[in-house]
Amino acid sequence: YTETSGGYNLPTGVTDLSKEVHSLHMLIFWICVAIGTVVFGLMIYSIINHRRSKGHKPADFHESTTVEILWTAAPFLILIGMAIPAAGTLIKMEDTRNADMTVKITGYQWKWEYEYIGEDVKFFSTLAAESNAARQHDGNGLLSGAAWAKTFSKDELEKLKKVDGGNYLVNVDNELVLPVGKKVRFLVTSNDVIHAWWVPEIAVKKDAIPGYVNETWAKINTPGVYRGVCAELCGRDHGFMPIVVRALPEAEYQAWLAKQKGGEAAAAAPAAAAPVEVAAAATTATDAAPAAAPVEVAAAPAAAAPAAPAAAKDLSKDELMKKGEQVYTANCSACHQPTGKGLPPNFPSLVGSKIVKGAAVDHIKQTLNGKGMMPPFKHLSDLDVAAVVTYQRNSWGNSSGVVQPAAVAAAR
Amino acid sequence: MADHATPNPDRYFVPAPSAWPFALTVALVAILGGVSSYLEDKHIGPLPIYAGGALLVYILFRWFRGVALESEGGFYGAQVDRTYRWSMAWFIFSEVMFFGAFFGALYYARHLSLPWLGGEGSKIETNLQLWPGFENAWPTNGPAKLNGDFDTIPAFDVPFVNTLLLLTSGVTLTFAHHALKAGKRTQTILWMWATVALGCAFLFLQAEEYMHAYGDLNLKLASGIYGSTFFMLTGFHGMHVTLGTIMLLVITLRLMSGHFKPDSHFGFEGVAWYWHFVDVVWIGLFIVVYWL
Amino acid sequence: MAHHDHAHDDHAHDHDHEHHGPEKGIMRWIKTTNHKDLGTLYLFFAFTMFFIGGLMSLVIRAELFHPGLQFVDPEFFNQMTTMHALVMIFGGVMPAWVGLANWMVPMMIGCSDLALPRINNWGFWILPFAFTMLLGTLFMEGGSPAGGWTMYPPLVLQTGNAFPFLIFAVHLMGISSITGAINVAVTILNMRAPGMSLLKMPLFVWTWLITAYLLIAVMPVLAGAVTMLLTDKYFLTSFFTAAGGGDPVMFQHIFWFFGHPEVYILILPAFGIVSTIIPTFARKALFGYDSMVYAVASIAFLSFIVWAHHMFTVGMPLAGELFFMFATMLIAVPTGVKVFNWVATMWKGSMTFESPMLFALAFVFLFTIGGFSGLMLAITPVDFQYHDTYFVVAHFHYVLVPGAVFAILAGVYYWIPKWTGRMYSEKWGKIHFWLSAIFINITFFPQHFAGLAGMQRRVPDYAVQFVDWNVWSTIGAFGFFLAQFIFIINMLACCYGWFGRKQGLPDRVWEGAHGLEWTVPSPAPYHTFEEPPVVSDNELTAAHDSVDALDHHKLS
Ligand code: HEA
Ligand code: HEA
Ligand code: CUA
Ligand SMILES: [Cu+2]
Repeated sequence: YTETSGGYNLPTGVTDLSKEVHSLHMLIFWICVAIGTVVFGLMIYSIINHRRSKGHKPADFHESTTVEILWTAAPFLILIGMAIPAAGTLIKMEDTRNADMTVKITGYQWKWEYEYIGEDVKFFSTLAAESNAARQHDGNGLLSGAAWAKTFSKDELEKLKKVDGGNYLVNVDNELVLPVGKKVRFLVTSNDVIHAWWVPEIAVKKDAIPGYVNETWAKINTPGVYRGVCAELCGRDHGFMPIVVRALPEAEYQAWLAKQKGGEAAAAAPAAAAPVEVAAAATTATDAAPAAAPVEVAAAPAAAAPAAPAAAKDLSKDELMKKGEQVYTANCSACHQPTGKGLPPNFPSLVGSKIVKGAAVDHIKQTLNGKGMMPPFKHLSDLDVAAVVTYQRNSWGNSSGVVQPAAVAAAR
Repeated sequence: MADHATPNPDRYFVPAPSAWPFALTVALVAILGGVSSYLEDKHIGPLPIYAGGALLVYILFRWFRGVALESEGGFYGAQVDRTYRWSMAWFIFSEVMFFGAFFGALYYARHLSLPWLGGEGSKIETNLQLWPGFENAWPTNGPAKLNGDFDTIPAFDVPFVNTLLLLTSGVTLTFAHHALKAGKRTQTILWMWATVALGCAFLFLQAEEYMHAYGDLNLKLASGIYGSTFFMLTGFHGMHVTLGTIMLLVITLRLMSGHFKPDSHFGFEGVAWYWHFVDVVWIGLFIVVYWL
Repeated sequence: MAHHDHAHDDHAHDHDHEHHGPEKGIMRWIKTTNHKDLGTLYLFFAFTMFFIGGLMSLVIRAELFHPGLQFVDPEFFNQMTTMHALVMIFGGVMPAWVGLANWMVPMMIGCSDLALPRINNWGFWILPFAFTMLLGTLFMEGGSPAGGWTMYPPLVLQTGNAFPFLIFAVHLMGISSITGAINVAVTILNMRAPGMSLLKMPLFVWTWLITAYLLIAVMPVLAGAVTMLLTDKYFLTSFFTAAGGGDPVMFQHIFWFFGHPEVYILILPAFGIVSTIIPTFARKALFGYDSMVYAVASIAFLSFIVWAHHMFTVGMPLAGELFFMFATMLIAVPTGVKVFNWVATMWKGSMTFESPMLFALAFVFLFTIGGFSGLMLAITPVDFQYHDTYFVVAHFHYVLVPGAVFAILAGVYYWIPKWTGRMYSEKWGKIHFWLSAIFINITFFPQHFAGLAGMQRRVPDYAVQFVDWNVWSTIGAFGFFLAQFIFIINMLACCYGWFGRKQGLPDRVWEGAHGLEWTVPSPAPYHTFEEPPVVSDNELTAAHDSVDALDHHKLS
């Protein structure tokens, strides 16, 4: 994903290997074009000249062992010519030895988790809030005039083009930050179904298989922001789990990493419950990448602002509901839907459900630990969990009372 | 009506329009629809399954009876005979490929996925990150020890007896064939009954073995990849033995009512081919499922 | 003959074995054992499925016209892609090929009917039931399957109530394909007229023989794979679960062991049709008959050892990736031989461009383009970039739509005069051709660019930079779909004699055509060759070195 629109070819990318892959791609493309030109050229010549309307009489040859051998052997040799460089590149791509650092990538329906092995840094990365809001389906069917009008509307398109600074659907809340010039080994796995972690500009695409760990690597040459997507069908929101890699010069990367660890430490302290991820996003956006698209800055603080004073005191129902709605939209609505009705049978309805009507502690526990297809949400702060549980218990006709962060802390 | 059904073996027999195939499909779909609903807990009741099953049995009986009578009636010339030979051969080939899928799964699990889970080859991190401490072994119910500890059935016990039973049944069947070719009908029938009996004995022992596995050994379908491959392979084989035994029985009954001639008895041979195929699959099973 | 009378009870009571004609009304179609009736049923069924699958593709394309979610929920979108593919492949192309084989194989090799007529009836009638079952899931709780036509676990195990119906529908389709394939294979092996030796058979018959072999070999493997899905979901087996020692990727291996030969099942009969049509309209014998046969056989052989090229990103060991890359690349060699032979057949011919020829020529151009992109996909390190993008979607639609579907259209145009005794409208045929050829390229060519630029498959919504490609693609799709109405009206007019179309065509409808089917009246009688015909050299595709045969191929 180049930041500019209108691309039509593979990006050359920013690693040595991505460049090799690109030239391999071009090489094979031109070989095909050349063969195509010859074959189609002869065919077109024949179609033009050997037609009956021109009075052409059919010849009577129908066999020639010589040419048959020739046009079996020639393609074969051409293929060998392609296979040799291809094998060379492939061997390099599969060599994950001697890495400088390792990041473990875990796919979830529908987000990514990044863990910096040995660094004690770990966070989730989901579709950015603005894109997430813009991509909601407004429930029109195929026969709806409104939907057709929307489809043909230039304004709608222009609106989308502005979302997330031109990165509609390819922007995230927390970016994967990597140093340039280091061999980074990726361990790719999944928690539920198969996903695939793909960033075109570093020519890495690896399937995330539940129960198995795949390895791959990249050594990024140029600092910058590189976007990618989940490339293996993983269910309803497969199209909405993008990837953003931010490559920083070594020193800036180290600074970023130190902040992360600081964030972690702060989170562990009882008084300050500021969630790591929020901190991460905020730092990334403000410190490390001043020139980045403004939306990222906008999105993160919105979530971060009310977080700080929260944990100390009990909150009012309104505060919790307001916060809860944000958390719900970001984390729950993909499955349980903005209406709370879910998409049965896989995604159960929350309207009047057993869990929502039942004891608060069970509700909190299920949120923290997940169940069946539902992933755990342990990584959310006590406040976020309290807010979202409160929100679920008091929306769409439910009324099951307020839950405070302290109750969440107790249930952990 | 007799006048227009003169058999003409020189001309390829093209049967009259028939409603059996359509009805067979209806029966099949009723069963599958019923089973689907059952699996998804949609309570439409077992009626479609029973009704479909009954219909299926009835149709197969009528259809095959008709074919047998056409054959006995001399409608099938040499070319039709060759058709049945080819068809049976291709059908058995397709069965081989069906079993191939499950044998392939067993091979994959033992030689690829389990070593990987145990950290071999390029998948060392799989073991370190996700399944620390798991060691590749066979039999296994996987790193999560699904369904708890279990014991396996030793090869040189009942399974070996079963091997002998099936091998013997192949021999008795061949004796029956030779007797048929020699025109010794009584002998043929006796050898056939022996074959049927051996098939039944095999099935009996296999059923015992399953009960033993479920009841005493805690070896179940749910016992990880070992249980999965064990029961699916032996189970599908058992289903084929059941079918084969029924087919042998039908042939025996047909022999008793005077069907087949020493020089023309493809119905007999087709079933014999099928039985040998089931036999060979068992040898494969015995070696890779029980023994190795 | 003590049992003779029972034979009457069961089968033979109401008809004459020698000359029974069709029954009346709907029962004719339900009970028919006639290869032409069944061929017709297959073709109408396939057409219906093409239509339904085409409508689904329009839902897909409408949603993708612009970014943003306008029409459908993402879950429903996934159901559409999944069902579109299943319906097109198993309901459209495969039954169309069986339908053409039903009609043409007995007429081309000179026999009275397929070898197993009742089984033939069964094989057909399974299909409408299977697809009712499959399409019925659209109305179930949780909707129809949405895990892609490849049905990868664990995702597919999240399917709702539709799940067992999906599995059993696939089983039924498998039974249908296997019975159909056995029937065709046995007919070809056992029922050729005297003089029609294997290496003299028309190429359509040859390609179908090999297709039948592939079908019998791989459909059971698919059945096995989906059976394991079923037991994994309901009976707690763990074939595809790491916790129990299985592997989700194992499914992919088994699936593609079926899936790759499957794509050649879809294309080999197309090769046969093109090899039949080009010589007819070039008025010149097929170049390199023997090498054509060997090429098809090599493709079939290779198709069994390349399956993992669909799985380069799953994390196979390096040796596996290298092996599957090399093996896949090899397929370009025999396929190239075929393309070169077609060109050599045209070379110095005396070509005319009736509708079947136009579609056959477009096939050669556009299939080759699809083949080139296939070759690019075979290059493992680059496939890491292409995989699961619209580049792949473009590849396989090029080989499937202007490949397989165009060949079906060519075949129908070519033989419909023989089937109905009426000529289609050449003018509308040409209009249909040009609209189809133009729109299909507008639909699928831009998808190459979208894919290279980074648009992944199976998404209902996409980043804004891909909008231009998608706008074109959607316009093309609607245009192509609409153009097919010209075709169906043109064909139905032949069937029912609309627009005053009269029967009365010569036996040899196309002057350059050779083959036994052109020695019988048009329309072909209900029973064609009850007595084996005499095969003259003039009717053989394989001109070999008989000078006489060659003279007949020349236009006097
Ligand atoms: C009719 C169907 C059909 C046919 C014929 C083919 C033909 C080929 N296919 Fe394709 N393929 C599909 C249907 C088909 N494919 C489908 C449906 C998928 C996607 C499935 C899914 O994921 O849903 C797919 C996906 C697919 C992939 C996986 C891509 C991915 O998911 O990452 C690959 C990779 O190797 C591939 C390769 C090839 C090759 C090498 C050929 C070769 O057979 C092509 C050979 C032809 C030529 C090369 C052109 C003519 C030759 C010459 C003129 C000679 C000289 C040429 C050279 C020396 C270059 N195909
Ligand atoms: C044979 C197979 C086949 C055919 C014909 C088509 C036809 C079309 N396909 Fe499809 N498609 C697939 C097989 C096929 N496709 C597969 C396997 C997938 C992958 C699914 C997955 O990801 O799981 C796919 C996915 C797919 C996608 C990607 C979806 C996604 O990834 O999100 C798109 C998007 O544009 C698309 C579009 C179209 C369009 C516009 C057509 C149009 O060409 C449709 C118009 C066609 C017709 C209307 C039929 C015309 C035919 C006749 C008229 C013949 C007459 C016949 C007789 C007389 C017997 N298809
Ligand atoms: Cu995750 Cu697609
Ligand atoms: Cu393939």
